[in-house]
Amino acid sequence: MDRAIEHTKYLIAGSSHAALEAINAIRMHDAEGPITVVTRDSHLPYSPTVLPYVVSGKSAPARIFLRDEDFFARNKVSYRPESGLKALHADRNSVELVDGSSVVYEKLLLATGASPAIPPIPGIDTVSYHVLRTLDDALKLRGAIAESKQAVVLGAGLVGMHAAENLVKAGASVTIVEMSDQLTSGYFDKVAADMIEQAFRDAGAKIMTGSRVVRLEPSPAGAKLTLENGTTLEADLLLVATGVKPNMGYLNGSGVEHQQGILVDDRMQTTAANVWAAGDCAQARGFFTDTKVMNAILPDATIQGRVAGMAMAGDPGIQDYAGGVPLNTYHFFGRHAISVGSSKVPEGGEVVTRFDEQTGHYLKAIFGADGCLTGIFGVNEFFDGGVMAQLILRRTDLTPLRERFVANPLAVGREIMSQTWR
Amino acid sequence: MGRAYSTIAFDPAKCDGCGDCMTACAQAKTGTDDIARSRIQIYGREGAPDKTFELALCRQCADPKCVTVCPAGALNKDSTSGVIGWDASKCVDCLLCTVGCAYAGIALDETAGHVSKCDTCDGNPACVPACPHGALKYVTTANIYNEVGDWEDLFAPGLAGCQGCNTELLMRHTLRRVGPDTVLATPPGCVPGMGSVGFNGTTGTKVPVFHPLLTNTAAMLAGIKRQYKRVGRDVQALAIAGDGGASDVGFQSLSGAAERGEQMLFMVVDNEGYMNTGMQRSSCTPYGAWTSTTPVGETSRGKTQDAKNLPLIMVNHRCAYVATASTAYMEDLYEKLDKAIAASKTGFAYLHVYSPCTTGWRFPSNLNMEVARKAVETNFVMLWEYTPQDGLHFTKPVDDPLPVTDYLKAMGRFRHLSSEQVEHIQKKVVENQKFVERMTEHAHVG
Repeated sequence: MDRAIEHTKYLIAGSSHAALEAINAIRMHDAEGPITVVTRDSHLPYSPTVLPYVVSGKSAPARIFLRDEDFFARNKVSYRPESGLKALHADRNSVELVDGSSVVYEKLLLATGASPAIPPIPGIDTVSYHVLRTLDDALKLRGAIAESKQAVVLGAGLVGMHAAENLVKAGASVTIVEMSDQLTSGYFDKVAADMIEQAFRDAGAKIMTGSRVVRLEPSPAGAKLTLENGTTLEADLLLVATGVKPNMGYLNGSGVEHQQGILVDDRMQTTAANVWAAGDCAQARGFFTDTKVMNAILPDATIQGRVAGMAMAGDPGIQDYAGGVPLNTYHFFGRHAISVGSSKVPEGGEVVTRFDEQTGHYLKAIFGADGCLTGIFGVNEFFDGGVMAQLILRRTDLTPLRERFVANPLAVGREIMSQTWR
Repeated sequence: MGRAYSTIAFDPAKCDGCGDCMTACAQAKTGTDDIARSRIQIYGREGAPDKTFELALCRQCADPKCVTVCPAGALNKDSTSGVIGWDASKCVDCLLCTVGCAYAGIALDETAGHVSKCDTCDGNPACVPACPHGALKYVTTANIYNEVGDWEDLFAPGLAGCQGCNTELLMRHTLRRVGPDTVLATPPGCVPGMGSVGFNGTTGTKVPVFHPLLTNTAAMLAGIKRQYKRVGRDVQALAIAGDGGASDVGFQSLSGAAERGEQMLFMVVDNEGYMNTGMQRSSCTPYGAWTSTTPVGETSRGKTQDAKNLPLIMVNHRCAYVATASTAYMEDLYEKLDKAIAASKTGFAYLHVYSPCTTGWRFPSNLNMEVARKAVETNFVMLWEYTPQDGLHFTKPVDDPLPVTDYLKAMGRFRHLSSEQVEHIQKKVVENQKFVERMTEHAHVG
């Protein structure tokens, strides 16, 4: 074998939450086995989730890193930035990196995350636009926001909404264009979305839901957008935040099966020997369905990363992945929204809502036919998301407590928690 | 090496839901009486039909999920204190930590607009002293582990004790505590049987050790201590003896040394019989217990006499220090060990440690601490200390003891007991407790 080729026991591609949890899990069981981390990023590890706060100025860019050089030294990890995966040769346990070098591994974790999905709008290549997925994106966007007078945000997911709020606060006139007929769909229901929409309107933002951009072209201001209904918008700052797609271009010809993401079993193993996947690039079992789903959220990335790390190290304490439960929190204009679980009402299930228009407290809880919680959503109504997630995962029958639970999910959730898993 | 940490422990059986802990926390942390802002939360205060109380409080997890899901690096476990700290200057108020925590240990303080969590008030939690019922305790036993880990282990590795025996633990802790300037006496019994005196010309300890007769341990050790004193060396004289060697044939030399105030620490490891030589009864074997010389058969139903209370007899020597201890209460044991070492510099110190015997008492080898704890919780044994200045007082008073059957059922040597025998033992427990209580009262008067 070529002596110039680097060998490592554990190769981890990616450097965010799933990768970092996998390192922890491996080191719990194997204190010595060489670990190499290769990442496309040029920085120390950070979370994509913190980037909107870098844009807003709340987070200092130098202080967002989740690990330092010392961590890698102490844990005997070789950390290689600017060395993303180019190609995977699973048949011979090796990868090619973008810098042209190769690494031979015993076990490989693909935690390569996702990149912004760019919609195929005619003319999108002719204008300059921002995305927000990396620290470099965030720093560029932060600079541009300071200059912007009229901005357009494409996409009303959490990334787009965060950026829009920053733009509003920076004094720009902001328009949010969203294809579906509500904001934050997939995270929050119509009532919650209307509350979020109202907060944005009160702050001066324009919201155009149910709108599709059909053409983009350069203009003196920057970009001109034409909507399906003929309306045109001018933007000196255009942010494309229409979702993400997993990074898996390096899989071509590798034999690793993938659909929307890289398909993994309940121990995060892919269809290839010695290859695991976790985090935003993985497509794993959903908690509420038998099919494999994308659940590209931070808490799930940590759980998947841990399972993968334990499997790679051969830790006998491993437990099967229970399936992804959606968990989201969202802070907007000093208010907060939390969503835990599925927004779908299961067959024979029941939805309980309460809404106090005066205080703006909104709560919706969904119960299955068996009396177990399947989803809970709140705006300005704080409850412990972690406790709720456990109630869902443990399939705790809440029938005898339902009325009290809906009246005060915080207190009753804690009571059950303390009794059940003290 | 890993570290152990102090922790706030909650006993729901003692909680009456008064909420004083929450008020104390809110005052300490927010300067208000708003208990909604307290970082310790007691539930079931209203509307709970069964009047039980539940707790939401940060567990300071070893493997904290709140830390792993924080996107901003604002949460970190301090490797020295074990406390998970929150850095306000890094927090982005995203609330993801509250989604990560399964225990509601980090939650939104709606008034402040940020999350808040328990930081144990830098090791002096305000909630604990505020609890009028002792339902909250700040458990600092971890300090022993951290501190002792740094001292030299003066026993050889691989002592040959029975599986599950606590005597190795006791020997290693004790010798680590007294340190290398020690001469150790171990008369026949489990302690030399486990290898303290050594094999093949080497000792089992890294300090001088000798093997006196059962009868003359205290006398020999007294002579050695006097000789060292005469040549001007400050050496700790330590005996680790069994109950047989101390309370039966060894008693006259023990009593004599105590009466003369010889400067030594005499530790008795009381496993209530001659366990090393085949589980014969001693004067410390309790009533009703099976031993190989108090068998259970058609007529014989175990020992027919009550145990001698050796530590109380030692109190009547007016020793410089006398105490009883249990390995189920290591903090208590360590405090007593420290006091006994100090007292032995000027007089005779006597430490009586209860040592459940997995082999002779017939219980599973993983239950030693549990049996030791049950002995205390039922008042079958009592933990107290005595000095001539302060008299006798309980160090772990048990106000509401469990029925003695909880202890008796934990092991096989009492399996044959008739209800009359159990009744006799329960009566003895109450009688012994009253007896020791009277001594504590007397001490206060004196």
